[in-house]
Amino acid sequence: MTASLSAPTGRSAWLESWLRELPAPSGPLAAVQERGRQALAQQPVPSSRLEEWRFTDLSLLQELPLAPAAPAAAPLGTGLDSEVLRLQLDGSSDPFAGVTLPAGLQVLSDAELAQGLGHTLAATGCQDHWPVELNHAVASQVLALRLTSRSKLKLELHSAASAGLMPLRLLLILEEKAELELSHRLEAQSTGLTSLLVEAHLARSASLQHNLVALGSVDAALLGHLAIEQEPESQVALTTVTAGWGLARLEPRLVQVDGQATSTLRGLQLVGGKQIADTHSHVHFAGPEGQLDQLHKAVAAGQGRSVFNGAVQVPRAAQRTNAAQLSRNLLLSDRARIDTKPELEIVADDVKCAHGATVSSLQTDELFYLQSRGIDADQAAGLLKRAFCEEVLRELPAVARGWCPLEQWQLEQA
Amino acid sequence: MIRPDAPVLLEIRDLHARVEAKEILKGVNLTIRAGEVHAVMGRNGSGKSTLSKVLAGHPSYTVTGGSVLYRGENLLELDPEQRARIGVFLGFQYPVEIPGVSNLEFLRVATNARRAQKGDEELDTFAFEDLVRDRLKVVQMDPAFLDRSVNEGFSGGEKKRNEILQMALLDPLVAILDETDSGLDIDALRIVASGVNQLANADNATLLITHYQRLLDAITPDYVHVMAAGRILRTGGKELALELEERGYDWVDQELAALAGEVA
Repeated sequence: MTASLSAPTGRSAWLESWLRELPAPSGPLAAVQERGRQALAQQPVPSSRLEEWRFTDLSLLQELPLAPAAPAAAPLGTGLDSEVLRLQLDGSSDPFAGVTLPAGLQVLSDAELAQGLGHTLAATGCQDHWPVELNHAVASQVLALRLTSRSKLKLELHSAASAGLMPLRLLLILEEKAELELSHRLEAQSTGLTSLLVEAHLARSASLQHNLVALGSVDAALLGHLAIEQEPESQVALTTVTAGWGLARLEPRLVQVDGQATSTLRGLQLVGGKQIADTHSHVHFAGPEGQLDQLHKAVAAGQGRSVFNGAVQVPRAAQRTNAAQLSRNLLLSDRARIDTKPELEIVADDVKCAHGATVSSLQTDELFYLQSRGIDADQAAGLLKRAFCEEVLRELPAVARGWCPLEQWQLEQA
Repeated sequence: MIRPDAPVLLEIRDLHARVEAKEILKGVNLTIRAGEVHAVMGRNGSGKSTLSKVLAGHPSYTVTGGSVLYRGENLLELDPEQRARIGVFLGFQYPVEIPGVSNLEFLRVATNARRAQKGDEELDTFAFEDLVRDRLKVVQMDPAFLDRSVNEGFSGGEKKRNEILQMALLDPLVAILDETDSGLDIDALRIVASGVNQLANADNATLLITHYQRLLDAITPDYVHVMAAGRILRTGGKELALELEERGYDWVDQELAALAGEVA
C-alpha cells in the first residue's frame, strides 16, 4: 500500500493501471490529456518525502474508484435568473445546454482556448504539479468564459460528484473593469475524487469575488488548484470552505504580475474523524505596491489533521508591498493534529509583511463568560465554535453562506 | 436600604479558596440581605476579585473550605450557568470579547435561559428586540452595539455599559460588580452608576467590588467592607470608604501586622 506509493521508482501500480484504462485522448483537450498522462507516468505520486506533501498522505486515492464519473442529474434549474447565471458543472455534460448567456459573457472558442489554457498555471508556477497533471490527464471539457470590459456578472456553479472521478476545469478571463462574483458549490456524497483546476486572469481594474464551498464525505477526496493572475489595480477576494472530505487539498496560487493589485484570501477547513484537510497557498508579488490580506482558519476534531502552508514571495521588484497573513486554528481534541507554517520569502526592503499563527482549544475565559450568563457549557462551546467559523463564513454572499450548514457540521470535542 | 427583617440572599461563611496552589481567600464572612448595597474595598491582591469569581463559579478557582448559601441553597455545588439562571450575576472587570457571536443573539440566549428558570415564556426574536431596546435606555447605549460581536472592539466604557445591560436583562437577585468603575471616565461612570441605581430595589442586592471611593459617590453603599490578605478585616458604613480615601490603606497593614502578632 503505502510502500508502493513511495517505491524508489516513483511509479505505483494503481496509477499505472488507472492510466492504462483511461479512454484514448480525444476532443479539444486531447493534447493536454496526452501531456498529463505522460507526466503522471513519469512523476511519482507525491509522498511524505516531498516537503510540499510532508503531512498529507495521498494513499486514500488508491482506495477510491477513479473511473470517470457519470453525469449527475441536475439538482436545480440552470440558466439566467434575476442577474444570476446558474450553471451545472460536472465535467462531462454541456453546462450551457438550454442556457442563454447574458450580455458581456462569452464562451471562448477552441482557438482562444488553445491559446489561453495553461497561461496562468505557468504564471503561478504550478503547471507541472501532480494534481494539475491529474486534471490534465482526464478533463475533457473546460468551462472557458470571458467577461468583457466593464461587464458585471454573478455566476453560480453547482457541481455534485457521483461515484468516480469528476474532473472540473475552469478558465476565466476578466477584461478591464469587469466584475465577476463566482460562487461554486461542490458536493461529493459518494466515494470518489474531485479534481478542480481553475485559472483566472484579471486585466487591469477587474474584480473577482470567488467563493468555493466544497462539502465532501469521508470516502471522497478533493484536489484543487485555484490559479489567479492579477494585473495592476485588479481585486481578488477568494473565500474557500472545505468540510467533510476524507482528504482535501487546496492550492490557491496568486500572482500579481506587476504588483499594485489587491488580494484577499479567506479560508476555512474543518476536519473530524480521520480526515485530512490541507491548504497550500502561494502568493507572488512580481511588482511593487501589492496588497495581501489573508486569513486561514481550521477546526480539527477527532483524529482529524489540518495542514496550512502559506507562501508569500516578495522579490526585490515588489517594494512597498503590504501583506498580512494569519493562520488561526482551533484544536478540539487531543488526538487531532494541526500543522501550520507561514513561509515568507522577502527580498525587497521597503515592505510590510505581517504573519502570525495560533493554535488553541476553546478559551476558558470565553466559555466562562457565556456560562456566567446562564448559557450551558455545551451550548457555549457550540456558540464559540460557530463564531470561530463565522469570521470566514461572513465573507460569503448570502447564497453561498446558505450552502454552509454550520449547525450540522461535526465540531464535536471527541 | 437596611432592613433587619429582610430575607438573607447570600450568606458566606469562612470561605477559603485557592487558584492553582496559592490560597487567596482565607476565611471570608459576609451576609447580604435583600435591598442592601455592599461595597468591598481593598488593595490589589487582597482577594476582592477572587471572591467575585468564586461566587460566580470560575473553573480556575478551587474552594477549599467554608460555605456559600444563596437563598438557603448551596451555591458552590452549582455550575456557573445554574448560578446565573437562579439570579447570581457577575459583572466582569474585563468583559470578554467574543468575535463572531452576535451581541443581540448572545443577550437573547442568556435572557431566555434566565426566563426559563423563572418560569417565564421564551422570547422570540421580535419580542426580545422590544425588551432589549427598552433596557438599552438604562445605560443610554446605542442600539448599534447590538449588531456587533460581543464586546468586540468596544471601548472600556462600552464594555461596562454592555455588562449593566446584561444585568438589566437578566434581572438578578444578587449582582456582583467587579471593578465596574475601572477604566471609566467621569461621564461613563455616571451612566453606569445610574444604571446600577435604577436596577436596585428592595428585593435584590448589589455587591460592589472597587478600589476607589469615587464609585461610592455615585452608588451609596449600606455597608463597606475592607478586605486584606483574603479576609474581611473591617466592616462599616459609607463613612469607612471616606476614611480609606483619606488615610489610604497603610493602617490596614498595621492592623494585619497586629493580627499576625496575636496569632503568633
